Amino acid sequence: MTTDSRLNSKAPQGAIEDKWNNYKADVKLVNPNNKRKFKVIVVGTGLAGASAAATLAELGYQVDAFTFHDSPRRAHSIAAQGGINAAKNYRGDGDSVHRLFYDTVKGGDFRSRESNVHRLAEVSVNIIDQMVAQGVPFAREYGGLLDNRSFGGAQVSRTFYARGQTGQQLLLGAYQQLARQIGLGGVRLFNRTELVDVVVIDGRASGIVVRDLMTGEISSHSAHAVVLATGGYGNVFFLSTNAMACNVTATWRAHRKGAFFANPCYTQIHPTCIPQSDESQSKLTLMSESLRNDGRVWVPKKQNETRPIDQIPEEDRDYYLERLYPSFGNLAPRDISSRAAKRAVDDGRGVGPLKNGVYLDFSDSINRLGKDVVAERYGNLFEMYERIAGENPYEVPMRIYPASHYTMGGLWVDYELMTTIPGLYAAGEANFSDHGANRLGASALMQGLADGYFVLPYTIGNYLAPMLNQGTPDTNHPEFKKAEEDARNRFQGYLNIKGSRSPDWFHRKFGKIIWDYCGMERTAEGLQKALSDLEPLYEEFKTDLRVTGDGESMNQTLEKAGRVDDFIQLGMLMCRDALERNESCGGHFRAEYQTDDGEAQRDDDNFCHVAAWEWTGDPMKAIRNVEDLNYETVHLATRSYK
Amino acid sequence: MSNHLNDITLKIWRQAGPNERGRFETYLIDQISDEASFLEMLDILNERLITEGREPVTFDHDCREGICGTCSLMINGQAHGPQKSTATCQLHMRKFQSGDQIVIEPWRASAFPIIKDLMVNRSAFDRIIEAGGFITAPTGGAPDANLIPIPKPVSDAAMDSAECIGCGACVAACPNGAANLFTAAKISHLNLLPQGQAERYSRVEAMVETMDDYFGSCTNHGECEAACPKSISIDVIALMNKDYRKAKFKNRKTSARAD
Amino acid sequence: MAQVLNSRGPVTGTATRAKKRRPFLLDLYSTAVGKKYVMAITGIGMMGFVLFHMIGNLKMYQGADDLNKYAEFLKKLLYPLAPKEAVLWILRGGLITMLVLHLHAALTLTRLNRHARPVKYQSARDYQVASFASRSMRLSGLVVIAFLVWHLLDLTFGAVNTVGADGEFVRAEVYDNVVRSFDRPVVAVFYIIANVLLGIHLFHGSWSIFQSLGWNNPRFNKWRRAFAGGFATVVVVGNISFPVAVMAGIVG
Repeated sequence: MTTDSRLNSKAPQGAIEDKWNNYKADVKLVNPNNKRKFKVIVVGTGLAGASAAATLAELGYQVDAFTFHDSPRRAHSIAAQGGINAAKNYRGDGDSVHRLFYDTVKGGDFRSRESNVHRLAEVSVNIIDQMVAQGVPFAREYGGLLDNRSFGGAQVSRTFYARGQTGQQLLLGAYQQLARQIGLGGVRLFNRTELVDVVVIDGRASGIVVRDLMTGEISSHSAHAVVLATGGYGNVFFLSTNAMACNVTATWRAHRKGAFFANPCYTQIHPTCIPQSDESQSKLTLMSESLRNDGRVWVPKKQNETRPIDQIPEEDRDYYLERLYPSFGNLAPRDISSRAAKRAVDDGRGVGPLKNGVYLDFSDSINRLGKDVVAERYGNLFEMYERIAGENPYEVPMRIYPASHYTMGGLWVDYELMTTIPGLYAAGEANFSDHGANRLGASALMQGLADGYFVLPYTIGNYLAPMLNQGTPDTNHPEFKKAEEDARNRFQGYLNIKGSRSPDWFHRKFGKIIWDYCGMERTAEGLQKALSDLEPLYEEFKTDLRVTGDGESMNQTLEKAGRVDDFIQLGMLMCRDALERNESCGGHFRAEYQTDDGEAQRDDDNFCHVAAWEWTGDPMKAIRNVEDLNYETVHLATRSYK
Repeated sequence: MSNHLNDITLKIWRQAGPNERGRFETYLIDQISDEASFLEMLDILNERLITEGREPVTFDHDCREGICGTCSLMINGQAHGPQKSTATCQLHMRKFQSGDQIVIEPWRASAFPIIKDLMVNRSAFDRIIEAGGFITAPTGGAPDANLIPIPKPVSDAAMDSAECIGCGACVAACPNGAANLFTAAKISHLNLLPQGQAERYSRVEAMVETMDDYFGSCTNHGECEAACPKSISIDVIALMNKDYRKAKFKNRKTSARAD
Repeated sequence: MAQVLNSRGPVTGTATRAKKRRPFLLDLYSTAVGKKYVMAITGIGMMGFVLFHMIGNLKMYQGADDLNKYAEFLKKLLYPLAPKEAVLWILRGGLITMLVLHLHAALTLTRLNRHARPVKYQSARDYQVASFASRSMRLSGLVVIAFLVWHLLDLTFGAVNTVGADGEFVRAEVYDNVVRSFDRPVVAVFYIIANVLLGIHLFHGSWSIFQSLGWNNPRFNKWRRAFAGGFATVVVVGNISFPVAVMAGIVG
């Protein structure tokens, strides 16, 4: 395979540790007085979007920021619990930029671009400085210095945290910088406004078409460059730990306008979530992975066990992680323990009223350490569990089950975070660049902030500089008018179907297909089945959808219809991507490609590349293009956790 | 084992738009699992309404794990319902019984105009933050994070107030529609930290005065603290009041010097 | 000024407001937090008054002479350094000013609060911690004002006092005036009710002072409620003892 000419990563020359400095030394700059002549649109106000919008405005660019929420502070970055990695080496335990770089590449199962990952590791250091200066109350030791904890996939303590609410505190930090710029007039904020299309004129991203969620009005906004920081597509599974409104629309609409969509099949499943409690459940809640430090995972040995927990004797319990992975035990990596749980449940040994979970049992720890110590370590998590599941984990084992919570795939971007459409950038979870096939814990926050604070502000200037004194494109241009018309027709179309099923009904139904066949474990057969099931379902969606109300006022059903439409199309692409990638790597596990002991088996000869899909008018006919991944610094190796 | 709740009477505020007249409408709902969350119960109702061709109930919600602050319901006269320190999205139906009547109203305050049904506009909160709820630290120039040691108790106290999720329950619960808890929580978060000292007094003055443009005044009922899903203490309001007084003196001196 | 919240369109430049320069006190008083300062400080002044008024009146238990002399003593504060009644009038002036400010702040804050929620909740509220005292401050305040007017008409101006054998109200005969007034059960009951409400007002008010002035310290926070309860009880018990004593025949 050779890299498609349109997929030039533009990674700078030089040794890996010099690339970013070389880039910065050569990058074209915009004179401070000229920056105000450029306008940049930022869609999304999570970590990546808010930090990008605030920084660009600080530099002097005119920034228009868009969020479909009522306030920028609602973005789903807020829900991250664990922490943020940075190669500060405050512990003196051997951490370095290179080690963080290596851990991230290895964690991603050697499917990420070296140059991007190294830059991420370099700027991780600045992120912590920046966030502390902004007033993020990271946890501290009694001496007043910052505290660290260790996290999965690393042998050093490099994770900074703020109780169990690190994402919240970081987002509020970025939000406050954005708010300052809004107050000063540097940023114009459009809230409750959703992107419905991206406009490309003469091959350049020229603006966006948005829908005002409160009035239903469709309007156009033009700019010299457009940044999409609109998050991931985990809600494609219907049930995920993502927030209800998370969707793929912005990136999908950009894809339809020519941005290649990379590695859609790379999705991450988190092993410790609270299992679904009934059919009507709308979303899943993640419990911090740290619980596995003191909890033991087990299921009954017998299928369809009916005895209450306290009457299942020790010899009838299967502590399967300890049995299968004796050296890592309950701390086996995310993908491995997730798949083991799925196998136990599929085997009819699931627990709970719906037999859809496994136990995470703290009774040994409580006996060994005492209830107080356990409460001190996990008290707030236990409370949260009790609030949701209605059971007291001090007395009854927790029930957990894996759930989707992050997507490594996204819009293909080069080293400058530019998509295949010139002038269109993707930042944060919306792009595909840094995590390869699997993301390490506490790295999502790092990437969002790195993109927004420290990468985009440099790389956008390089694109804008030659465009000095060119005005923003005219929003009366036929391309804008056509995009507006298309959007109006699309939304009116949903209203006109007048079928019998709600958008949620379709979402739940196709989400289950994706979860069953393109979830934790995939097979060629299953993926083909999914594809053959999805097409008729999409037809049904187009003929039997029911959207009540009108398009001229707040209408959540109509919003949802548009998002579900895009999700179904993405779901098809996901299945195709998974089907074409005939190997197992990271979050993508194809049952046909595993070692004798059930580990993922990569095929570096044939699949050490990025699959970037090109829109042709139908997700089933998208074209798969390839960017080869050249490892110059890191040697490809097999991940082993035995 | 999950049980089902039956014969639940929902009295829900329906209002077609900001300037329309609203009214309570009554819905009967059955077969709700006690494992369901309160918002899932509303999802079920909405699904039914859509199938019947009626407009579903509009309500704000997003993360459903109690952190984004989007959900906002007045349930049986209590902001976020009957469970302490719990946002609406984490309230579960096991807190209710078959045969219950549940009255759901939107937050009510002139600063929170109703958009539709149970959804309100809380942008006034953003205006308060924009006025001064930040530390000016442009990207790029930050010193090393460990340069200023911050005593753990100070950092913890700042974190206690920084937990605010901006849901507006304090305003909704306050008999006066005051936003003192929200504003004071942000002021206290930033004013306690060493990084926040440079702008301490300009911040408090700007934020308090912007708050005044939209909200009522504090008469120390303490309802905000009781309704707060993050249990933020009204002690932060006292800190805000103190800093505001000091700010009034100090800022005059500063601006007199500048003249 | 506040942005219109119902309009749509981009939000920007919200923090660039022109600042008007006003005299310091007016500037402080222009915000709700400043008005609460005025409420609190005038509250403290009037709390001092009710406490010392009650303590002074305890002289009643030492007989008519003592009480009447006490009244005379008040008129001669700092005499002959200052003319007779001068200091008393200064104190009265201060009290009247405080009362007016307290009322004005209360009135404007009430208006602000009404404006902050023009449409009430349409279903019943279920208050969690707001006490009867905190929610009835306006009512208790109004009753106390009404009582104050009556009290002045009764014992200062004598307009509603019963007249003694000589057919004339003599202000200096404080003891007799008090006894005559409380011999009327209706007056005594009104007096008692008004004082209970005063106590309720004091209970919330004297706790609120700490919050409004920002006197918050983990060392003494737990004593704030106790102080409020204690203060209100002392004043109310002291004051109520007078009509009770008169009616029970202990005084008179």
